[in-house]
Formats: sequence, structure tokens, C-alpha cells
Amino acid sequence: MKAPLSWLRDFAPIEGTPLDLADTLNGIGLIVEGIVAPGRDIAGVRTVRVLAVEKHPDADRLALVDVDPGDGNAVRVVCGAHNYAVGDVVPWAPPGAELPGGFKLERRKIRGQVSDGMLCAPDELGLSDDHSGIMILAPDTPLGEDLRTVLGLDDIVFDLEITPNRPDAMSIAGVARDLAAALGVPFTLPVPGGSGVIDLAPATLVVDAPDRCPRYVAMTGRVAVAPSPGWMAQRLTKAGMRPISNVVDVTNYVMLELGQPLHAFDLALLGGRGIVVRMAEEGETITTLDDVERTLTGADLLICDANRVPQAIAGVMGGGGSEVSGVTTEVLLESAFFTADGILRTSKRLGLRTESSARFERGVNPNGTAVAAERAWELFAEIASGQPATGALDAYPVPVEPIRVTLRTARVNEVLGTDLGTDPIRAYLEPLGFVPSDVPDGRDSNGAVEYTVPTYRPDCEREIDLIEEVARHHGYNNIVRTMPRPTEPSGGLTPFQEGRRAVRDALLGAGLSEAYTFSLVSPADLAAAGLPPEGIELENPLRAEESLLRPAVLPGLLKAAAFNAGHGLPDVGLFEIGHIFLPPPAGQTLPDEREHLAVVLTGTVFRLPHEPNRTVDGHDAVGRLEVVAGALGLADWSLEPDAAAGFTPGRAAAVVVDGESVGAVGEVDPAVRARLGLAGPVAALEVNLSKVLTASRRERRSVTPSRYPASTIDLAFVVDESVPAGAAQRTLAGAAGGLLEDIGVFDVFRSDALGPNRKSLAFGLRFRASDRTLTDEEVGGLRQRCIDAMAEHHGASLRG
Amino acid sequence: MTLEELAALLDAEQARAKDEIDKAETAAALEESERAFLGKRSALSTVNQSIKDLAPEDRPRAGQAVSAYKTAVTERLEARRVALSDSAGEAVDRLDLTLPGRGAGRGHLHLITQVQQELEEVFLGLGYEVAEGPEVETDFYNFEALNMPPAHPARSMWDTLYVKLGRPEEVVLRTHTSPVQIRVMESRQPPVYTVMPGRCYRRDTLDARHSPVFHQIEGLVVDRGITFGDLAGTIDAFTRAYFGPGHTSRLRPSYFPFTEPSAEFEVTCFVCDGAGCSVCSKTGWLELGGCGMVDPNVFRAVGYDSETYTGFAFGFGLERMAMVRYGVEHIKSFFENDVRFLKQF
Repeated sequence: MKAPLSWLRDFAPIEGTPLDLADTLNGIGLIVEGIVAPGRDIAGVRTVRVLAVEKHPDADRLALVDVDPGDGNAVRVVCGAHNYAVGDVVPWAPPGAELPGGFKLERRKIRGQVSDGMLCAPDELGLSDDHSGIMILAPDTPLGEDLRTVLGLDDIVFDLEITPNRPDAMSIAGVARDLAAALGVPFTLPVPGGSGVIDLAPATLVVDAPDRCPRYVAMTGRVAVAPSPGWMAQRLTKAGMRPISNVVDVTNYVMLELGQPLHAFDLALLGGRGIVVRMAEEGETITTLDDVERTLTGADLLICDANRVPQAIAGVMGGGGSEVSGVTTEVLLESAFFTADGILRTSKRLGLRTESSARFERGVNPNGTAVAAERAWELFAEIASGQPATGALDAYPVPVEPIRVTLRTARVNEVLGTDLGTDPIRAYLEPLGFVPSDVPDGRDSNGAVEYTVPTYRPDCEREIDLIEEVARHHGYNNIVRTMPRPTEPSGGLTPFQEGRRAVRDALLGAGLSEAYTFSLVSPADLAAAGLPPEGIELENPLRAEESLLRPAVLPGLLKAAAFNAGHGLPDVGLFEIGHIFLPPPAGQTLPDEREHLAVVLTGTVFRLPHEPNRTVDGHDAVGRLEVVAGALGLADWSLEPDAAAGFTPGRAAAVVVDGESVGAVGEVDPAVRARLGLAGPVAALEVNLSKVLTASRRERRSVTPSRYPASTIDLAFVVDESVPAGAAQRTLAGAAGGLLEDIGVFDVFRSDALGPNRKSLAFGLRFRASDRTLTDEEVGGLRQRCIDAMAEHHGASLRG
Repeated sequence: MTLEELAALLDAEQARAKDEIDKAETAAALEESERAFLGKRSALSTVNQSIKDLAPEDRPRAGQAVSAYKTAVTERLEARRVALSDSAGEAVDRLDLTLPGRGAGRGHLHLITQVQQELEEVFLGLGYEVAEGPEVETDFYNFEALNMPPAHPARSMWDTLYVKLGRPEEVVLRTHTSPVQIRVMESRQPPVYTVMPGRCYRRDTLDARHSPVFHQIEGLVVDRGITFGDLAGTIDAFTRAYFGPGHTSRLRPSYFPFTEPSAEFEVTCFVCDGAGCSVCSKTGWLELGGCGMVDPNVFRAVGYDSETYTGFAFGFGLERMAMVRYGVEHIKSFFENDVRFLKQF
């Protein structure tokens, strides 16, 4: 919303520097996005009349123009444009004048002819982008005047951002009212002066849809269509609208001034000389002023002529059929109140947002329609020879009564933390149009006041809304800042959140960097990662690449690894913690949303001078899993060889926590790597972190280390290739019993001597008792139990 | 040997030992000196054997002299041994410790996680807890309970991505973390002192400033007697704690459906410390987020009595915070996961 200061001053004696006024506007929530001083860069440009035009003797495209700056001393300029005629008043920048961009004029020769300055096009004056020709001013413009005065350029325009709750501030008068209140100066909204009425053939008005159009004012009359005078054109231009003709300009002017959108119909073109307001038929069409045919639905409101032929989409845009034109002599002026949600729906569905719809959407003042129509006729009279006809039509079956809201002084202070009295509160509200009336006896003794809310403030329905008004005008930054004192101080992270932080820290320590990938993926992303290309779909994705909710983190993380590889960074270790989305459980609407952890390791590890390079393999991923399990102190977790989507068969394992599979770890399938353009091996894991973080943890209880010596034995078994080391270790640990202090695999060995599909697994076992030194016999017995158990469970034989 | 002779001998030997020991250049030479001055054939040995011939009353003093000699020579030997070992480099293989160390090295936390955790810490220190919620939400939690009934015009403030679940437009990708406010309040009665970080979604095309996926953090306080002054004070306290002393905040009226009064808050520009720079458009202030007093309609949706309790909420975007604070030019950098970017932080 562009608010020229000169226009605001029509309503209140507003004084102050532009920056101070901007601060005040910001302070009351009318956010200043920019301050424009359109004439700031122009100096010394004057108005002149064209006296004579002749061709430049040496240049076909140039003209020699004699102009009169008002003092009778004609001067000659060379000009490249030809859109003016003798007698036109145009802007002239004489030598010494300044134009935007720091351009200072000098007298100079152009193709041998002296030019005393130049005539200016609008773009040269910084007024618009128009460079189609010299700017032609109104014929009655006085000569020799400073152009800034003539065009009203010695002005400041505030570009304001108006929040959706402030329909009143979508008008110059509304901004002036708020600003005047903040500055403590009086605000006056002049009452439109009446003018002589004439008799015209009466028009008719029927409102079929009063719920969507609670009020419709129609005022007919006679007008003479012509270009607007300079002041009108300037004000509209400064407020960001293009002047069209005096009649149309008046409707726009009043909309900007009072916030009430108006529409002028050519009365002669309204069939049956009347208006019908009705709902559209499903599929009905209308061609709007922008020459687009619009198809309507039964939820759209139409303004039709008396023959029920559509003439406008109510509150959004007029139709071409009854547009005011140069031959219009009688108009029907519409000033209506359409309900906000209806206009919002229509404008949203049509993708058509206009100055008019923007105001109706927020809610216009139902009790301001007649005044706006009268104001328009006052202006028609002034600049369009307008004469209103007798018998204004006003369909307002159920007048909107202003509501009353009770405001408790104590409540104001409770919410704001202020110490305001009833009178200061009243002093903030009254200038905004809230009319206080003391509550009748017995209602409240401590300063509750009932306020009548002006109907231009539909946002103020409740006590809290009035409290906001008090806060705005008291000044948010004048409220003393305090700190809340929790009555029951608690807080801190939950064990789940602590655990997640521990996992992050552990993975950082293990050399991984954290990635954030999009939770929106494409079916192709999933297919590339070896997963079914399915997921929960979006209703309205912007791009196919972001059409599914990810069912796993790994596809995105693999893509991130591929991105790095593509940028010459083939060796990365990344992890991500994020939500994944599975179809809703039966009977529920929301997805089964889980938190997952994924890890990807690519390329070569330890590219160091003191060690040989080594490509990543599944053990690297398992190592990171161990780090996570260790950081959390998981009580019961293991890996079970298992196939998993996207992993290389035979080189993957299920992650089992508390007896339940929570994910997979291993090496990424070569086909997946090929699709993603990842050359080397890729190790990866993905687990349901929600499960991991809530899994059972080792008990944290101290056990005093035994003082007695340990007995260590090494056992190498020959087993079938299919026997997992982890399973063998669990068997041994079970057989070894409570005296086992530590166990680990220290060698895996295969040879021809062992035979095909056989391997040797060597374990180190350390036994110790807490209360004595173990005897050779005891250790020998334990050793035999281990050997027997291995033979029984895995068909293992002790390697000789 | 008399006591005097004995003492004189030890003094002379001690002086000689000092010279010899200091001259020793190798461990072997030092061992030689040790034998010469403390060994079986040393003067010490001779003195020890002669003590028994002394008068009984002289024996303690002789013993003291012997002890002093042994201590002095031993210390000298030790000192020399240490000195020699310090310079005994040629005996071991040199280790070039300027080579990179062994180990996986330390990784890097994503910048958004870092910013989020730093912010969480500030509020944990103020006694808040951290709450989380689902990223896919029903219309009720994302809009309706936040005082945006169906067709409320303020819904157009967010470009919403809808999920093909439930009734049409019933399930959304949350456009803000505010639904977590509702879930927290539904789950219990006040007091509530909570921050809610999380991932949010908007129907935006990825460009320098916008991303369909982004992160927010919100705060919610509900208790008896919470005021707008408490809100302003909390924003101020957070500003000081996070950006450092000398940083302050200011509020200006704004509009959000779920707060009333509503405000936007700005903080002293942390690039120029308020002097005015290109980042803050020469104003000295950076617009950070929105805040306000919880609207009574929100309390009604969760069954809180708005006469008994008042509360405030605030929120802002983590990407924007990180971009301004660390000079990140393109929001895309947060989601490309280029390790050259990740490793900067």
C-alpha cells in the first residue's frame, strides 16, 4: 500500500521527517518497506509551451523546437522525439538543471545546432519507464513553473506492508487515522459535499444473494468522460495506479482513499437498466476487463444487469460488456459490501487478485459504502461534470450493528505487564474510533469499560483484540521487560534427546560428518537406491523430484555421496538423522513416522603416508554401529547375516536390538552404485533410531575388578563358511559361563588345507574369578565345554 | 684414618666425581663413573671399611659424611643421566610427528544442528525443555487449533504441501513447528516452558533464499501471570545469551493468527553490531522472527483456561539465522551436503 504524505495530510496535520514518520508507522505495525521521494533527483526542470517545430537541417530524426518558458524569451532545443505539437506544455530541463542519476545539463551543440537543455520523457525524469515520447502536461499548466510543484513531486510516498488483519489500513484515511493517533494530532474525515441532483430514468436493483452481498449501494448519474486533471493523475500515479479516465480514476481514487472498492458501469450498456446480484451458474463464463474468459462455479458471486447477463465478478473484476468508455454519458456506481471469505475463495480459485479483491478479502466497512459512493459523486462533480440522479439504491436488509467489547483495565495490565489506568487506555483507543461507554452499575467496579467497535475494524471482536490496540499505541518497546519466573522449574533434555545427541557426538568422533537431505524424494531416487519406488505421495508437489515422502534416509544420503563424488570428492563419510514416513497404521490418518539414522562411507580410508590405502568395506559401517551402540550402552544388540534391499547379497546383515530387527548394515549393491555413479565400494547402514534410542541399556552398576590373575586361552575352530563369527562367539560365551571376563575373534583364516567352504575362526578367551585364582583343572574344564558347545552347535572341530 | 682424614677424602672424591660425571658423554662412561665413585673399588668403599676403626663417638659423624657423599654423587649421576638421555636421539629412529595423526579424524556436525543445539542450550539454561512432533500433521494441528479455521484468510500466508492421506487437504506437511505447541499443551496442564525445533515444509522452489524443506525453532511459555513484558524480556535475554552482551532486541506489531498481540522481533545486527551494514540494510537491526501472546482461541482449542493462564510464543527460521550469522549465501548449501561446505563448521 503506497501512502503519499501529501494525501495523508488531507486528513491530519502530520508533521515530521520522513525517517521519524517511518519509525512511528513501524511502531504501530504499519511496516514501512520503502520511502520514495519521486522528485528528489530532479532540480530546475520547468514547464514550457511548444511554440514552433522544424526539422534539424543535418539530421532527419532530430527536430529543432522553440519553447516558451513563460517569460516570452523563446529558447531553442534539439529534440529526438516527435510526439508533441505546437501549443503542448512539456517539461524542459534548461542548462544547469539536474536529472536523476546525477546528470547535469549544459548548453551544447547537437549536429551543429545549439540546444539550450532538453525536453524530457517520463523515464528521463525518473517518473516511470516510459520512453515513448516527451511527457505532455495538462494544457492549462502554468508556464515557467518548477515541474516538481506542478506534478506534486515534492512529496514523500511510504510503501507500507499491511498485515492481513488490518482492512482499515488498506486506505489512505485509515493509515492517517492510525498515524494521527500515534502522533497525537486530530484526524478528520470530511463529509462528502452534496451536489445538485438530476432526474434520470430510474435503475433497478435486486440482490439474490444477500448472505454474500449484505449491502449494495448503487448511485446513478450523468458524467462526461475525459482524461483526469493533473492532480488526480499524480495522486493515483504516486499511489501506484495508472490513470485511465476521470470516471474510472475517481473509483480508484476513492478506493485508495477510503478502502471501499467501487465499480462504475456504463448505465446505457446495462440491459434492462438495472443490477441483479446473484450466484453464478456452474460453468457460466464472463470475459473480464483484462480480456480473459473466466469460467465460474456455483460458489462465485456475479454482478449482472437486469437481464441477468453477467457484468462483473463481484469484488474481483469487472466485465468488458458494460465498461465505461469515451462515449459513456450515464453511469451506475456500485459501492457494495461483499463478504470476505467468498471473495477470497473466488479470487484464489481464479488466480486473480486485484486491488479490489485484496480489500474485500480483508473485509471492508459495511457502513462505509454509502459515504464512499457520495465521495465518488463529489469527485465526479468536480472533475467529470458529474450530476447524481435522485433515488440512490441501497439494498441493506440487515444492517451491521457495531459490536461492543468490554475491556477490563486489570486484564490489560495482566496481559501486557503494564500499569495503565483506565483513562490512558481510553486515550489510546478513542482516537482509533473506539467509543467508550461506561458499563452500567454492578457489572464491574474496577475500571471495565465497554467500547463500541467501529465497523471498519472487523479484526477487533474480543477483549484481547482491544488489548493489542492498547499495546500498539502504548508502544511495544515501552513495555517494561521482565523475565517469567517458572513456578515449577523443570526442563532439560529427555533421555531420548540425550541419546540422540550422544549418537551424533559418537559418529562425529568416528570421523563422520552430518548431512541434511530433503525428506521429499522422487520414485526414481528410491529405484536408484534399490528400493521399491513407492512412498506416501504429495497431493500438490511442485516438482516430480519432490513428490514422495521418503520411506528411508539412505537413498538421499547415497545421492549426497554421489554429489560429492561428482565434484571430485570420492572419499566421504556421512550420516544423517531424520524422519521417514511409512503408510499409516490401520485406523490412523497420519503416517507411521519414525526417526532413522543412516550412514554412508565411500572410497578410500586412511590415505596416510604411514599406512597403506584401503577401500571402505562393510566392517567400516559395522565399526560405526559399534560406536553408536557403545555410546548408548545398548544391552542387547547383534548382527545377523541377512539380505536387505539395496545391499550386496551376502555382504549385509540385519541389526538386531532387543531381539528385533531395526535395520541393516553392509555394502551397497554394485547395481545401486552404478546407477548413482559411485565408482568404488560403498558401506552403509540404516537403522530405526527411535527403536535404538529406546532399547534396553546396560545397567550402570559398579563391579570391582578382580585382584586375582587371569587365565587366557586361545581356541581355533574349523567351521563351515556359513557359520557367522558372531554366532560362534555367542555360543562360546554361553558355554564359558560366568567366569569369562572377555572374548574376541583374533583371526579368520581360509586355506586349501581346510578345504572348500571351510574357515578357521580363532578366539581369545580370558577367564578370571573374583574370589580366587583359577586352577588348571577349572580352566581345562571350561575349555572343554567351549569345544563341545562349538561341536554341538556349529559342527566345529578344534583346529589342530 | 681419622675422622678428619676420612672427611677430607670424601670431599676430594666428591669434587673429582663432579668433574668426571659432567665429562661423561655416553651412558657407558656414566656407568664407569658410577663404579669409580660408588663401586666396590671406590674411595667410598675404603671409607666404609675404615669406619669401624674410628672411635665410637666419631662414627655417627662419619656415617653422616658418607651419606652426604652418596647423596651428592648419586644426584649428580642422575642429573647427568637425564641430560644425556635428552640428547641421546641418535640411538632411536626419528618419528616425524608432523605427519597426519592416525585415526578417523573428527567429523562435522551440520551447521543447522549446531545452531539448533546452541539455541536449545540457551533455553535449557532458562529452565525450558525441548519438545518435538511429527512432520506430517493434520489440518487441525497445523491450522485449525492455531486459530485458523477452514478458509481462514491467514492460511494463505503459507504455501502448503498436502499429503495424499485422509480427506482432501486433511493431511499436510507442517508449515511451521507451531503444531507442536498444540501437542504439548494437549498433553498436560501448565506450566509449560518449552522450545520446539524441527523440520518444516513449504511449497517453494529452491532458490537462494527459499527451500521447500527448512527448519524452525519455536518457544512456548504458559503459566500464571505471563505478560507481554515477559515475552519482550525473554527475547532480550535470549538475544544477549546467544549473540553476546551489548546485543538487544526490539518488537514491532505484526499479525499471526495464533498470537494476540503479535509482534515481529528484531535483534541488533550481529554483523555490524548495530552500526549499519549491507546485511541489515543499514538499519542496524535484523528481523529474526515472530512472537506474541498466545491467542485465547488457541488456549480454548487445547482446553486451557485463558483467564487463569496466559502465555507467549516465539519462533524463527534456523536457515536464515545460520545464513546471516555465518555468511552462507545460498540456502541450497545446507542440503547439497558438499563435504567442502560441511567441513567448514
